[in-house]
Amino acid sequence: MNATQEFALLANATSLPWADVPEFSAAELVPATADKLARGGRLCAWFGVPADPVRRDSAAGIRLVAIVAFDTDNTLAAARSTPVTGSYPALTALQPQAHLFEREVWEQHGLTPVGHPWLKPVRRMAGNAPAMGEFFRVNGREVHEVAVGPVHAGVIEPGHFRFQCAGEEVLHLEIALGYQHRGAEHAIQGGPHRASMAQMETVAGDTTIAHATAYASVLEALAGTEPPLRAQWLRAIALELERLANHSGDLGALANDVAFLPTASACGKIRGDFLNLTALLCGSRFGRRLVRPGGCGYDLEAARIEQLRQRLGPALAELENAALWLWDAASVRARFENTGTVTTRQAADIGLVGPAARACGLVRDVRYDHPAGWHRFAQSPIAVWPGGDVLARARVRWLECQRSGQFLQEQLANPPEGEIRAPVTAAAPETLAVALVEGWRGEVCHVALTDAGGRFWRYKIVDPSFHNWTGMTLALRGMAISDFPLCNKSFNLSYCGFDL
Amino acid sequence: MFETLRQSLKTGIVTTAYPQAPAEISAHARGRPEIDWTRWHDARAASTACPTGAIAFADEAGVRTATLDLGKCIFCGLCADTDRAIRMTNHCELAARSAAELRTTGRYRLGDDGTHHRLLAGPTAFRDDAASLETLGRQLQSRAQAAFGRSLHIRAVDAGSCNGCEVEIHALNSPVYDLERFGIHFVASPRHADLLLVTGPVTRNMELALRNTYDATPEPRLVVAVGACGCSGGIFGRNYATCGAVDAVIPVDVYLPGCPPNPWALLQGILLAIGRRNGDQQPAQSR
Repeated sequence: MNATQEFALLANATSLPWADVPEFSAAELVPATADKLARGGRLCAWFGVPADPVRRDSAAGIRLVAIVAFDTDNTLAAARSTPVTGSYPALTALQPQAHLFEREVWEQHGLTPVGHPWLKPVRRMAGNAPAMGEFFRVNGREVHEVAVGPVHAGVIEPGHFRFQCAGEEVLHLEIALGYQHRGAEHAIQGGPHRASMAQMETVAGDTTIAHATAYASVLEALAGTEPPLRAQWLRAIALELERLANHSGDLGALANDVAFLPTASACGKIRGDFLNLTALLCGSRFGRRLVRPGGCGYDLEAARIEQLRQRLGPALAELENAALWLWDAASVRARFENTGTVTTRQAADIGLVGPAARACGLVRDVRYDHPAGWHRFAQSPIAVWPGGDVLARARVRWLECQRSGQFLQEQLANPPEGEIRAPVTAAAPETLAVALVEGWRGEVCHVALTDAGGRFWRYKIVDPSFHNWTGMTLALRGMAISDFPLCNKSFNLSYCGFDL
Repeated sequence: MFETLRQSLKTGIVTTAYPQAPAEISAHARGRPEIDWTRWHDARAASTACPTGAIAFADEAGVRTATLDLGKCIFCGLCADTDRAIRMTNHCELAARSAAELRTTGRYRLGDDGTHHRLLAGPTAFRDDAASLETLGRQLQSRAQAAFGRSLHIRAVDAGSCNGCEVEIHALNSPVYDLERFGIHFVASPRHADLLLVTGPVTRNMELALRNTYDATPEPRLVVAVGACGCSGGIFGRNYATCGAVDAVIPVDVYLPGCPPNPWALLQGILLAIGRRNGDQQPAQSR
């Protein structure tokens, strides 16, 4: 416990005995973490662990845990605090990317981060009515407030948006979520339980493969099991199919929001084609039951590999056509360009991840920076497009579709031989495991800590949306309120992944 | 511009002929599990493997009552992996007018070793009061057909789903399924809606919003509970954060199982709700 102590380093999808995670006082952990973030680190997770593993309440104090990613060094760093009761100095005051994490710690454990500029609940505001809570207000005779949601006009998840406007212009947007809170972290505590795998697959149902892979990787790291290479290969294929389905759906949705119907219609079909390719892998359009602890639930025999390759080509060709229509249309460019801009500096400060970050020129991608599983052997270049506007976010998606398509063609041509499942032994007791997976929205982070019996003492899930919703609010500043649907679609963040 | 038009014309029509032609479900798709009730000898392994309790049993006085509840089933196939009397089919058009219709029950003589052998009764679709339910169903059908037979406006309400159901609902608007060819449209407000398509499990945070949405929908109105979570609470069930099934909060007219139900299943459920299609399962065509 001294200020010069270093964080413990670990690689993605590995584990570390809890005793080897260096312990700081909270007053030291906060500046030490801020220092790491200032020197190129990125906050993957910041959460509380009840010091008493049996009672799991805050009576014996709460330990804070920091997981930081050093993308350029391809390594992760972990540290923890001694048990804290009551309050501690806010990390947010030094590093804004911690702001939601600290609100969450406050909500879950009652620890007050002193100096947090906007301390309010994350998911359980105002009893069970998040929209009834306090919101930031802009005062002035010309200023008016617009409240939208939780039930929206489209087929979309629920959330509440509170705009402060002067005429058409949005001065400030605050988002209240929590409507999809299903108790996912709570449900898995003391597990793994019988339903845990299915629950992890539906943390965000459109990101089944990424969340399931992160969960399986955590279990494998805790047990010291390496899944067979062929299973890792299958997971990598499914991950890119998931990306292709969602990115093509997003390109269509963006086109629809600017009333460019040819691409909107075409992408509606193409997204289904990619979902059907995932179904060809495992019987489910969402990849349910493909990823299992220790490997995969289904193999892909030669005939189906061939079928997959034959169907992939036309789908990619159709997507290319639909995307080219989009870039060719002046009406689309006029609506995409300079709409909803997030600067590179803002993106770095708030810790954006995934395509939203790469569209601000930030070069970060877990598949490349923290390779685990099959990505240790096969990587795609990181698709970056500077600009930070809707156009950039659309362009990054299209670049990633191209890369994913190429990756799939290459991988399907060279399948590794072998088993698809290895037995997973019992989880090591009192051990911390971290798994990052680059889902289609960005970094999916799962952190598990086991108790003396090898059960989950604490399980932390960070969906990419947790990092990125703040980016959406910044994108809206100074925009016309009528651009909100377009900006929202360009991020297409998960509500349930955030709400857990 | 002209190039875009040319390519669009070249693509032609991609819309399915469903429901005139059977749904084009891939042979690989996992639909409902099928139990060979007469050859089933032990419910324990499958019920232990099942993550949602869709396969369950109760032993009493030497009799075992075993149940398969499609409203809870997420089509994971773990039961079929552990029990040879169970196989996965690709049948997915499973919508029913009551939660009870989704349950199949068999009663067995329980052996000393915990296995069961002789089928005493069933398998029957479990109906508390079959006659009244059927009448209710017919009433609903004629009422719905009279009110909405030619045109229907749907308001989709996500009351706590994982977004899987929403992705499939979205697909109904794509040119492949093209819901609008039936005169069915998604609308932006419950005040314009005839039917609420509700996904769940209903979270405590959405309970009030769902009730308000229901109250804002003018009579006559229909409610379709979508997916395993909407039908029964599904994967997360009932806990401190969720109320469970949609019918725990508002009355439900049609139950549409699946995890998530694919667009064919959604089409069948919606058409069933407005009496344009009966609830009989038609075997899916393999492709």
